[in-house]
Amino acid sequence: MALAKITSIEGRGIHVPGDDIDTDRIIPARFMKCVTFDGLGEYLFHDVKFDQEGNQKQHVLNDPAFRDASILIAGSNFGCGSSREHAPQSLYRAGFRGVIAGNFAEIFFGNSINLGMPCVSMTVENREKIIRLVEVDPKIEIKIDILDLNVVAGDLILPIDIREDARNSLINGAWDPLEELVSTSSSVEEVAGNLFYR
Amino acid sequence: MTSKNLFQKVWDAHAVGKLANGQTQLFVGRHLIHEVTSPQAFGMLREKGLPVRYPERTFATVDHIVPTNEASEPYSDALADAMIKELRKNCEDTGVTFFDVSSGNQGIVHVVGPEQGLTQPGMTIACGDSHTSTHGAFGAIAFGVGTSQVRDLLATQTMALNPLKVRRIEVNGKLAPGVYAKDVILHIIRTLGVNGGTGFAYEYAGNVFDEFSMEERMTACNMSIEGGARVGYVNPDQKTFEYLKGRPYAPTGQQWDLAVDQWKSFSSDQDCKYDDIVLIDASEISPTVTWGINPSQAISIDESIPSPDGVSSAEKESIEEALEYMKLVGGQPIKGTPIDVAFIGSCTNGRLSDLEEVASLIKGHRVKEGIKAIVVPGSQIVSKLAQEKGLDEVFTEAGFEWRNAGCSMCLAMNPDKLIGDQLCASSSNRNFKGRQGSPTGRTMLMSPTMVAAAAISGEISDSRLVFNS
Repeated sequence: MALAKITSIEGRGIHVPGDDIDTDRIIPARFMKCVTFDGLGEYLFHDVKFDQEGNQKQHVLNDPAFRDASILIAGSNFGCGSSREHAPQSLYRAGFRGVIAGNFAEIFFGNSINLGMPCVSMTVENREKIIRLVEVDPKIEIKIDILDLNVVAGDLILPIDIREDARNSLINGAWDPLEELVSTSSSVEEVAGNLFYR
Repeated sequence: MTSKNLFQKVWDAHAVGKLANGQTQLFVGRHLIHEVTSPQAFGMLREKGLPVRYPERTFATVDHIVPTNEASEPYSDALADAMIKELRKNCEDTGVTFFDVSSGNQGIVHVVGPEQGLTQPGMTIACGDSHTSTHGAFGAIAFGVGTSQVRDLLATQTMALNPLKVRRIEVNGKLAPGVYAKDVILHIIRTLGVNGGTGFAYEYAGNVFDEFSMEERMTACNMSIEGGARVGYVNPDQKTFEYLKGRPYAPTGQQWDLAVDQWKSFSSDQDCKYDDIVLIDASEISPTVTWGINPSQAISIDESIPSPDGVSSAEKESIEEALEYMKLVGGQPIKGTPIDVAFIGSCTNGRLSDLEEVASLIKGHRVKEGIKAIVVPGSQIVSKLAQEKGLDEVFTEAGFEWRNAGCSMCLAMNPDKLIGDQLCASSSNRNFKGRQGSPTGRTMLMSPTMVAAAAISGEISDSRLVFNS
């Protein structure tokens, strides 16, 4: 089955403040006791959103004005910590389709691209501009343009960055590499055969 | 021939070719799996009708969800019970070797791999767990991967990857008494930052790493990812080979000699190039403790907790956030912070030498009343060897609970959890908010010896004073 060519993502934004948002924050480990990824969206940012009695905390993630947001705007080093794919899976299953941040932890970034969820980098100055815009008008449509490498929102056109291979994968509909990896089995066998160990 | 570092040599030996997007298809010689990040991958294979391509190259164990105080199944937690049974079935169906609880070889995946001799120099290793960098202690290139890549590895034994830059981190000089591998890596992360290693493999070197035992090297490599580096390694040497000799999956007879020659050839060439070199003076490293909510927020035991006053606004915010969560006051000494729980274990510090070192110091001491202190061996083999040496009795006599092997309180996917805002002196690797199971639980990372000192005095203490060493 051919994958969708992802050249842009459009949707409303939400700003989750703070640098170094780690994978335990995105989805606490206790919610990973599962054998499928189904239903993980429910636990996204659980302990950021709820107190220990299960009551909603005062947080932008609980603000009905941002309920339909599908683009997350974050600080630097987003997704640091664990390799758990549960983190991007919970974002995706909660309806997020793209993340704008200062930069990303490497494993999180790769896991997200594998799901077809672009993670793009933007300077802090430009992120502040877009955050102000979203806070004034939560309904404003944001477009992450992977082809032209910018984010468009209202009158703003702001440059973004994404690793070249990830960009290629997204725009060519090759963000899930499995089919290509399977297709080279004879070369794989050759490399395996030449190794000094079995 | 141009000279290369170990990373480049291992990479070149395993590169299958370039993919359309420019990434490399990399062959992975050893794939380790566990119950948390593999079931979805097996599910995806079934959906696509793909077999496990090289089942003999994948090895499984169960660690994250295993209760450390329940001996038999079914586990009282139905979800945990379902996860172990799912892994067992997936391994049976596909022919993957499973170090099950009944085998006597079960344990934390990053303890089991090396102790079975599965982890060897010059290999590529991957596991759906970020602490896979541990295996780099043997001069392997070991990557933590997500579940989609676990699927790719099961289906093809390869994954799509970009080469990393290599930063050599040389630690030279003499470590002060009471300073351990854990302090060295916490100091490195503190110095280079929690994301300083993004895009890099860390090559650890210098006389300190040369002199480290294999288990100390594993402790340091284990936490590479806490500094943002997906891969960390030490060049293999005689100690590496001696550690491996005689282990179940190590080569034997004539194969052994051939393997050692091969392994030696993967070491970084003397005149090879690095993308960066960092020099660290061993004498500047003290027993180190984290005070905040990421592993770079660490200070020496004699320092005061950072104050948000007089720093840049971005830094101020992060200090304030950490102090608020940790319920600590900036400017106060870290020493004397009262603790509730002490945890010795994890893939960072749950090996035999960790337990031996602490046991040698705590004789004649008692865990302070009101402190919950647990010791969790990293594997069933570690547990058995420790018991043969009587270490379990030393710990229990001192007031520690002696548990079965598993990840335990490092990430609390099992019954070992903090309650409320308990503060835990922990030999594990992450102090993220909520990491140890309670959304308000507080974690301070340190060496096992410092954990024991805190357990005995009831507060964060300088182990050298507690143990008069």
